[in-house]
Amino acid sequence: VKPNSNRIDPPGSFKISDNFRSYSGLRRKKNPILRSLGEKESKQQSKKMSSIGTGYDLSVTTFSPDGRVFQIEYAAKAVDNSGTVVGIKCKDGIVMGVEKLIASKMMLPGSNRRIHSVHRHAGMAVAGLAADGRQIVARAKSEARSYESVYGDAVPVKELSERVASYVHLCTLYWWLRPFGCGVILGGYDKDGPQLYMIEPSGISYRYFGAAIGKGKQAAKTEIEKLKLSEMTCKEGVIEVAKIIYKLHDEAKDKAFELEMSWICEESKREHQKVPDDLLEEAKTAAKTALEEMDAD
Amino acid sequence: MTFTIPIDNGDALKNAEADSQRTLYPYVTGTSIVAIKYKDGVLMASDMGGSYGSTLRYKNIERVKAIGKHSLLGASGEISDFQEILRYLDELVLNDNMWDDGNSLGPKEVHNYLTRVMYNRRNKFNPLWNTLVLGGVKNGESYLGMVSMIGVSFEDNHVATGFGNHLARPILRDEWRADLSFEDGVKLLEKCMRVLLYRDRSAINKLQIAKITEEGVTVSQPYSLKTFWEFQAFHNPTAGAQGSW
Repeated sequence: VKPNSNRIDPPGSFKISDNFRSYSGLRRKKNPILRSLGEKESKQQSKKMSSIGTGYDLSVTTFSPDGRVFQIEYAAKAVDNSGTVVGIKCKDGIVMGVEKLIASKMMLPGSNRRIHSVHRHAGMAVAGLAADGRQIVARAKSEARSYESVYGDAVPVKELSERVASYVHLCTLYWWLRPFGCGVILGGYDKDGPQLYMIEPSGISYRYFGAAIGKGKQAAKTEIEKLKLSEMTCKEGVIEVAKIIYKLHDEAKDKAFELEMSWICEESKREHQKVPDDLLEEAKTAAKTALEEMDAD
Repeated sequence: MTFTIPIDNGDALKNAEADSQRTLYPYVTGTSIVAIKYKDGVLMASDMGGSYGSTLRYKNIERVKAIGKHSLLGASGEISDFQEILRYLDELVLNDNMWDDGNSLGPKEVHNYLTRVMYNRRNKFNPLWNTLVLGGVKNGESYLGMVSMIGVSFEDNHVATGFGNHLARPILRDEWRADLSFEDGVKLLEKCMRVLLYRDRSAINKLQIAKITEEGVTVSQPYSLKTFWEFQAFHNPTAGAQGSW
């Protein structure tokens, strides 16, 4: 039996007796070496170590004593491990971009789309487990279609985000369902103008004017805050998003990536579509030049 | 993921309840559609009337609609069934567009889809009471086909529905050529529509002509045809009549 060496209680959390037996009935062995290293070092050794809910994390229907549901937090970690997804709301529309990490050189560029159209006027960019993301997109398509069939009008983006969020939340309520391991950025254009929503694996959905999920989300958020979104058009937004994604792509950790972008704006006739190839190339060149200038400094 | 328990109401076709759920007769109907292939694509003409039995009740019904980027659909027969077919096709085109991969449904695919829908409904004794005309252009090739309410479908250079089959097609058989220009095509269609206007009691003098080419669809504004009623026999129609009183 391997000792559970990557389990260390963070300071301040409730400490259970060392004799606690897990569901499998095995005695957890203390690993004195790792305990002496202290919290910081252990964090550096393994990425996944911020907080481990010893014993309270085995089911999504269990709360921990400090009021957290650890399974949902672990699901959020699955999102944090995927390529960055950025979405911004510009003056006249929405722009979304995905840093698609390429797993193998054999993959055809343009395949494995991470941004999907959910209806004519709305699209979703997915971060995290791709198969889970496909399920959420399928559900969103179905909700949008059913709203139009019943009410005769395109689904308002707010309504769609609420429906998708409540579906994602549903999967956090039952022990026989696992939470979705993906976060979604939903952008749409309806009667109230362009809107951007983000739905997390916990089922929370908020409206944003700039959102990012995935590996480089902290860096991306800092970059987005620097932009003057209310004065930017979508064309400019495409270039800015490309620059952000190129900037926060870590060359050392992940080799190659493909940039996938989509928009909904006046130019696309308020329909969600891939950014046209010429504009995408322009954005990529601008982003690469910006990177080189930064490196030159 | 919903589970429905099938309800067994005996013979689904014969009992009274089942009858009220099947189409037995059409109520609001559109009359003929006439369509021809021409040099650059397809032309389709229809009038804008919806008859309620023998009453010419609705005079502003568009019976020719664009489907996606490459097709035109014209329908005669039950208008509500036509609207339902448009809903199905709207969903089909939306799903096609959401792939966002540069491909789009062509007229041949839409025609095949409609044939399947119509034939399967006919097999359930619950037809969509329409005769549909599907025309379009994709990759330079023109396509013109027809599907009836019992699922009979075929392609041809010129098609017509309803009364158009009897009155318009003979004209088209004589005067249609493969290299018709747009103006000649419209003149030919207007000739057919004029005959239908004179002889079909459910036709009204308000028609639209739709054109589809590689560039896209254009539907004309509604307009009327000039008619001639100054025949001698119409001047004093009762002159030679033998009355009973």
